[in-house]
Amino acid sequence: MVPLWMYLAVAAALFSLGVFGALSRRNAVAVLMSVELMLNAVNINLVAFWRYSETSTDLLLNGYAFTAFVLIVAAAEAAVGLAIIITVYRNRRSVIPEEAAALKG
Amino acid sequence: MELNAISIGFVVFTIFTLGGGIGVVTTRNLFQGTIWLMLSLFGVAGYFVLLSAPFLAAVQILVYIGAIAILITFAVMLTRSVTRIKTRYLRLVPSLLASLALFLILLLGVTVPIFGGVSPEHAPATVASTRDLGAALVDENGYVVPFLLASVLLTGAMIGAIFIARDDTA
Repeated sequence: MVPLWMYLAVAAALFSLGVFGALSRRNAVAVLMSVELMLNAVNINLVAFWRYSETSTDLLLNGYAFTAFVLIVAAAEAAVGLAIIITVYRNRRSVIPEEAAALKG
Repeated sequence: MELNAISIGFVVFTIFTLGGGIGVVTTRNLFQGTIWLMLSLFGVAGYFVLLSAPFLAAVQILVYIGAIAILITFAVMLTRSVTRIKTRYLRLVPSLLASLALFLILLLGVTVPIFGGVSPEHAPATVASTRDLGAALVDENGYVVPFLLASVLLTGAMIGAIFIARDDTA
């Protein structure tokens, strides 16, 4: 078997890649894709902790079920986020997050 | 780590996941970025198989690769974001430094037991199955309330997305 820390290390690398993309990319769609990477890294962590804990045998499905709910929330977030990006693009002809600054004080 | 099917699969899925992730954050063409994202999500689905969660792997492929990646492709096409933006990055160096520092801190945290406890080498031999998950999702002592709330959330998000993206002039 692969030890637990290897899964956690891969998830940490994927999360850091997502953080880098979300902070640095100029395109809102690319930022959203980076957020999806971060959510997936968290999912790897949740399932790995669930699998390697002693409670995974006796029907305690917290990690498993929580991952399923994270997937649902990620799907909702992607749908609403992309709808917002398309609306902003229609109004401002731009997908650069910094240019959607109409509410900036 | 001895050489067997699980460790070989782990290496292969690591290449898929991290290679796809690097592709997502570095590619200039967002269409290719979506393909890289699909590769990365496929690698994560492989991890779920290795971690004996086959239901999550199936859902991962159906929801992420089947729905979200296609949705992102639509957004890329609808916003014509492939052609217009010339520079890929904003704040490149600070973001790189921040994410690198975060990675090193996380790696230190998962490899060195700073907070105590031991990192298990082996998973328990027996594991709950998809049948147990199905029973727990509708069990009143289990997850029935979050399960119902999730359906309400999905309906709300769908209606909200349609309402936001609707073209008022059409």
